[in-house]
Amino acid sequence: MSAEKMAKLVRMANQISDYFRTLPEAEAVASTADHLRRFWTPKMRGEIAAFAESGGEGLNRIAAQAVAALGARTAS
Amino acid sequence: MALIQEFDAGTPIRVGPANVTLTIDGEQVSVPAGTSVMAAAATLGNKIPKLCATDMLEPFGSCRLCLIEIEGRKGTPASCTTPVEPGMKVHTQTPRLAALRRGVMELYASDHPIDGLTGAANGDCELLDMAGAVGLREVRYGYDGANHFDSPIDDSNPYFAFDPSHCIVCSRCVRACAEVQGTFALTIEGRGFASKVSAGGMDFLGSECVSCGACVQACPTSALNEKSVIEHGTPTRAVLTTCAYCGVGCTFRAEMQGEQVIRMVPSKSGKANEGHSCVKGRFAYGYATHKDRIVKPMIRARITDPWREVSWDEALTYAAKEFKRIQAQYGRDAVGAITSSRCTNEETFLVQKLVRAGFGNNNIDTCARVCHSPTGYGLGKTYGTSAGTQDFKSVDKADVILVIGANPTDAHPVFASRMKKRLRQGAKLIVVDPRRIDLVRTPHVQADYHLALRPGSNVAVVNALAHVVITEGLVKEDFVRERCDLESFEAWARFIADPKNSPEATEGISGVPAKDVRAAARLYATGGNGAIYYGLGVTEHSQGSTMVMGMANLAMATGNIGRVGVGVNPLRGQNNVQGSCDMGSFPHEFSGYRHVADDATRQAFESLWGVPLSKEPGLRIPNMMDEAVDGAFKGLYIQGEDIAQSDPDTQHITAGLRSMECVVIQDLFLNETARYAHVFLPGSSFLEKDGTFINAERRIGRVRKVMTPLGGMADWEATIAFAKALGVEMHYSHPSEIMDEIARLTPTFAGVSYQKLDELGSVQWPCNEQAPEGTPIMHVDRFVRGKGRFMLTEFIASEERTGPRYPLLLTTGRILTQYNVGAQTRRTANNVWHEEDLLEIHPFDAESRGIVDGDLVSLESRTGQISLHAKVSDRMQPGVVYTTFHHAVTGANVVTTDYSDWATNCPEYKVTAVQVRRTNHLSDWQERDREEGFSLRRIAERLVDAAE
Repeated sequence: MSAEKMAKLVRMANQISDYFRTLPEAEAVASTADHLRRFWTPKMRGEIAAFAESGGEGLNRIAAQAVAALGARTAS
Repeated sequence: MALIQEFDAGTPIRVGPANVTLTIDGEQVSVPAGTSVMAAAATLGNKIPKLCATDMLEPFGSCRLCLIEIEGRKGTPASCTTPVEPGMKVHTQTPRLAALRRGVMELYASDHPIDGLTGAANGDCELLDMAGAVGLREVRYGYDGANHFDSPIDDSNPYFAFDPSHCIVCSRCVRACAEVQGTFALTIEGRGFASKVSAGGMDFLGSECVSCGACVQACPTSALNEKSVIEHGTPTRAVLTTCAYCGVGCTFRAEMQGEQVIRMVPSKSGKANEGHSCVKGRFAYGYATHKDRIVKPMIRARITDPWREVSWDEALTYAAKEFKRIQAQYGRDAVGAITSSRCTNEETFLVQKLVRAGFGNNNIDTCARVCHSPTGYGLGKTYGTSAGTQDFKSVDKADVILVIGANPTDAHPVFASRMKKRLRQGAKLIVVDPRRIDLVRTPHVQADYHLALRPGSNVAVVNALAHVVITEGLVKEDFVRERCDLESFEAWARFIADPKNSPEATEGISGVPAKDVRAAARLYATGGNGAIYYGLGVTEHSQGSTMVMGMANLAMATGNIGRVGVGVNPLRGQNNVQGSCDMGSFPHEFSGYRHVADDATRQAFESLWGVPLSKEPGLRIPNMMDEAVDGAFKGLYIQGEDIAQSDPDTQHITAGLRSMECVVIQDLFLNETARYAHVFLPGSSFLEKDGTFINAERRIGRVRKVMTPLGGMADWEATIAFAKALGVEMHYSHPSEIMDEIARLTPTFAGVSYQKLDELGSVQWPCNEQAPEGTPIMHVDRFVRGKGRFMLTEFIASEERTGPRYPLLLTTGRILTQYNVGAQTRRTANNVWHEEDLLEIHPFDAESRGIVDGDLVSLESRTGQISLHAKVSDRMQPGVVYTTFHHAVTGANVVTTDYSDWATNCPEYKVTAVQVRRTNHLSDWQERDREEGFSLRRIAERLVDAAE
């Protein structure tokens, strides 16, 4: 996968989490993860989860936690 | 006038209880107060002769033909201007009246050319009809006196001519332009015998006339006549159908000779337009039979090969084989499809069915992705469903109209006329738009407040409006308490009351003076019925969905929802944006906005379609292009869309298309996207098929076939054939059967059928057991989701910023005479009004760059560069430039970026940082595009028909 595409996924994930950041953090993380599950394909979710596992540079704190939650749920 | 006559009461039918009883020619009738005697007689089937009266217009009383006698009264008053009174005894035909009418007609006839057999309006002229009705047999004055026979014809308008020699100066055209259209372009110039209809002292084309056709419709003679009628003669049959242009969804009579459209005439029976039209729907239908139509299927192995005409069978077999190969080679998810808001609901439903049931994935998206997808998300979250809350008629009861990011006089002209009528009656107007759109100041309409915000600051402004409502105690507390989720309201109220959301704090972001925001908020909250109308200036932002929720919050907080005259109303861009969304064109949801992960819904579809369906969301259009560039997405079926012109960051889109191995285009024309296609399937225009469109007020209207598909198949038939080639059987013999399936699978459409549409004319969904005749106003007693939910709407600035390199902000939009990518309107005479996309720039920005009006300028952003001519205009604010995207050769979307709405990926067309400079040449992209326009469009072999 190209760096350009990953940069776009990171930007999109950050944008989503930015919307939810006015909520309490746990709720913001859960809402961001839910949004990713409802609107992103499994492949896109898998790619950003893998990126997060390898360091996730550029993901903001809520987005990173949401992606991690996504990965955990996917793994389970 | 219209050949196939609709009922005309002569004056408007008044609304109200029929409690005034009178006697007309011995027959008793009861009508509402305010009704004219003429209209009362018409309800009895009694047609009083008339010339200056028509029920589209208020009574005028000038022609003196509709005279009556009333027992106990002197004289012979005009029936059109005489209101009914209880106990009135009216006589419409007496020897005295007959003599008077014949005398009046004789005078009209003495100054009217006798065309004999060659008159353009033969069989279509009320003057001739009235001559017959009054028994005119001679003209004693002869024709040698002073007359207007030699008055020059004005044929400057491409669609209609004005022949003053046939004009009887009844003022119907002048009144139609004023009352119906609201443009006031026409007047009566001169006095007495010298009086004549004038377009402001100039020809029609050079005047303020917007060519809506209302004057031609109103004219009782052939003075104003369609050129198509002059050329071909009067139509011989008419078919009721729905316009294929904007989201107003006007009902038209396609008036025909055989399979040739002679003219499109707006129908008074249409509940969206009530007999009005605009230049596009009324006149710009010639594209349907334009020489550029591709009517034979074509294939090619590589996009650099010339196209080869083949049979439908060969084209479909090739496409199916390629899609199967791609899925075998790259995986099930390597293919997808895009539906079109220009196609019918039935066609859209079939394409998404093909993807979900045939391709085995959910890679289906629609062009609403790039326009109103945030409406779906925002209204879904707050109210529970993705649609406007009102019918168009509701605006007649609005007291304060808040227009945000919409330009109705250009993009939704027929609704704009209705809105302007209400504004002329005294409703207040608040416009929120970076540009001074026409509605801000137009004849007899002036906005009370124009909040000329900086592009990208919508959410800051809507939050500031809400801040005033909250902090100044303007909340409609009983509504909120009864109808809304209180917990969400309290959280929102705390958030919005924060001083950071005050008009004073946000002034630095939006550029809108705080006092104006405060005044506008007070007016909206306290001025009576407050109605919000919005367009793509709301949705096409990185915070598009947030803004939709912000408006929904504002309407709930002020109690402006759930009754006539209020509401939150998206003005949908294309004719079937609402329908394409309703039909399950989005990759995450089935028809009726139900998520693919919802087991019960999915199982209902699986059960009927007999195949397992994926519960995972598929790719959106931008995701498809990203995946394609990345090498994972290889096959795309596009029905009726031109993403290479309409979607942002053109070079990224075309890179994605170039990366694919099989692109199937189904379209009327070899459009920009077709340059990158391998299979071309001839599309069918709205005139060539049956189906339905759904307009911006959720109104389902019938589209009726008036001619044989030029390519041999309607689009729905082509999709069925493509599915069959892929091994997916779809058994439908008529689109009505597709609608039956939609109704079976979609609760909000459960009561919809073609039979019902034929009976009622149209219905607004939800249409089901609870609302068998549809739902004009939504959320009346409860929101679809139960309690209305307030959502937090923090302002987050777009990442797209101006700077030293790109110091200006570009925002894009539309113009009245062109439509979307222009594929249709560019192939009509509408080009006379807008032959190229122009860059509007404020005089200050122009002067500081040495630019004068008409200069060729370079428009450059971080994604690309184009050249176009400048139009210096103080409609713009300093620092903001504007252009349209109607002309492919301009390439406006070469400049726009891939930034998008956080929730839906709707592109941020409205905010692009740019620089503008004078130039003397086209951009590199435009030069390349010009060359590829030829090299990638070559057609090598023409298939010879058996009959040739």
